[in-house]
Amino acid sequence: MRIKVEDIEKMARLARLSFTDEEKQNLASHLDTIVSYVEKLDELDTTDVQPTYHVLDMQNVLRDDVVEPSLHPDEVLRNAPNKKNGYFSVPKVIG
Amino acid sequence: MRGEWSCVDLTETYLSNIDKGAHLNAFVFSMADRARARAAEIDGRIKTGDAGKLAGLTLAVKDNIVIKGERAGCASAILDGYVSPYSATVIEKLEAEDAIIIGRTNMDEFAMGSSNENSCHGPVKNPNDPTSVTGGSSGGSCAAVSAGMALAALGSDTGGSIRQPASFCGVVGLKPTYGRVSRYGLVAFASSFDQIGPITQNVADAALLLEVMCGLDLKDSTSSPESVPDFTNSVGRDIQGLRIGLPSEYFGEGLNNEVRQAIDNTIDILKQRGAAIVEVSLPHTDYAIAAYYVLTTAEASSNLSRYDGARYGFRAADVSDLDEMYINSRNQGFGEEVKRRIMLGTYVLSAGYYDAYYRKAQQVRTLIKRDFAAAFERCDCLLTPTAPTTAFKIGEKIDDPLTMYLSDIYTVSINLAGLPAISVPCGSDENGLPVGAQIVGNYFDEEMLIRLGHQVHCQAGEKSA
Repeated sequence: MRIKVEDIEKMARLARLSFTDEEKQNLASHLDTIVSYVEKLDELDTTDVQPTYHVLDMQNVLRDDVVEPSLHPDEVLRNAPNKKNGYFSVPKVIG
Repeated sequence: MRGEWSCVDLTETYLSNIDKGAHLNAFVFSMADRARARAAEIDGRIKTGDAGKLAGLTLAVKDNIVIKGERAGCASAILDGYVSPYSATVIEKLEAEDAIIIGRTNMDEFAMGSSNENSCHGPVKNPNDPTSVTGGSSGGSCAAVSAGMALAALGSDTGGSIRQPASFCGVVGLKPTYGRVSRYGLVAFASSFDQIGPITQNVADAALLLEVMCGLDLKDSTSSPESVPDFTNSVGRDIQGLRIGLPSEYFGEGLNNEVRQAIDNTIDILKQRGAAIVEVSLPHTDYAIAAYYVLTTAEASSNLSRYDGARYGFRAADVSDLDEMYINSRNQGFGEEVKRRIMLGTYVLSAGYYDAYYRKAQQVRTLIKRDFAAAFERCDCLLTPTAPTTAFKIGEKIDDPLTMYLSDIYTVSINLAGLPAISVPCGSDENGLPVGAQIVGNYFDEEMLIRLGHQVHCQAGEKSA
């Protein structure tokens, strides 16, 4: 197995997810199958092939810096589970 | 419109069909009051001759395209209670032409899935056989159009999410060229792939909707300034002398015999109508699924990091610190497949693996683009099956992610290259389940999809008549 439970734990920390032991085992097995499949890309020689990041080759689309109508802060905050004085409110960060 | 039916009457008919089709689970909710009020307004405009070109067209909208003042949930618990403060550009454009939005359709959570079984609202059932899947991720939208619960619907397509369910449900589904339609207001899954497109009962309706939806939008920096033709002019154009390419890789192992038969019959008829058939090759087809899953999961892991429990509706209860808020909210909010893809995306982007997976897949993406460029030197469009099989049974593939991913084998390459494509019903298997033919055009040549798609759909209609 290329992907071990320790890898799953590391990725889960990075992605802010958590899993039970059974879920970790399942996930390791599923991801291992998928990653092994994905490694078929190594069969291809891609030396000197430029990567495609944007299929239309558009770059740096800019607009003039002009103020236009935008959403009112109250509307933006309406979906926040918790808010205070025009800010998103979250649990304390430092003890 | 000759005034024999009012928009109010039409709307009532569709609302009643939504009630009758409730067992299909195609809708998350209907927007009866909003639709009725809009229909009455539009009836007034029809009388004064001021109605838009889509007057009376009832439209179902996938749960990942936002509408001001309405819930948008992406079939995910993490957006529980989210009400959008603005409308997507496509919604504004379609409503400006008097389309009537009738309800929100079910989907795979965050558009991740090929069967519409990954939804917090449960699976959508195929109107042609309720024990079969609709395909995904725009399964609710395709089922709604197939069962007459809306005249048309909007879907989104990242790797086949409009075309594959359109094929399974027996409707028309069109994915425009990347950049053709603004994604402002489409909840992002994989930003270098996602496109919004129409799902309809026939190709002429798809052309009409597309005309309204396309065009540059300064709110989406990936939208293209390319001019928008009158797509409806391509409906009914003949195909004399058209060069249709058949990529050999799409007709090999894994293609179901009855699907192949339906496509072969279609090709025979197109030949009789004057089209020239050209054999072409897309040699990197076999690598498309691998490149697709590396790139889309990487982009998704980044896009979905915004669901943090602070901003969009849902937060887990009883959290004591910030990290716990993130972890518990995401854990309770996301479903299994979404978590699996976030984990895979995190893995391929993580230190030490970026070049091996992500950069490699972007290079393979270049090779796949070159395959299409070479093919289009020899033909005007490509014709393939949309999916290797007809609709499979609910539950059949849900425990085997890789097998599920492979059901998109004929559609993902098109998104990797950013090309436009349409799925059009072209026949059925021995159980009566629909088969879809996929037509792929060159960049910004949606006119070709409409022209050939209409001919394919007409021949299918003649056969079944």
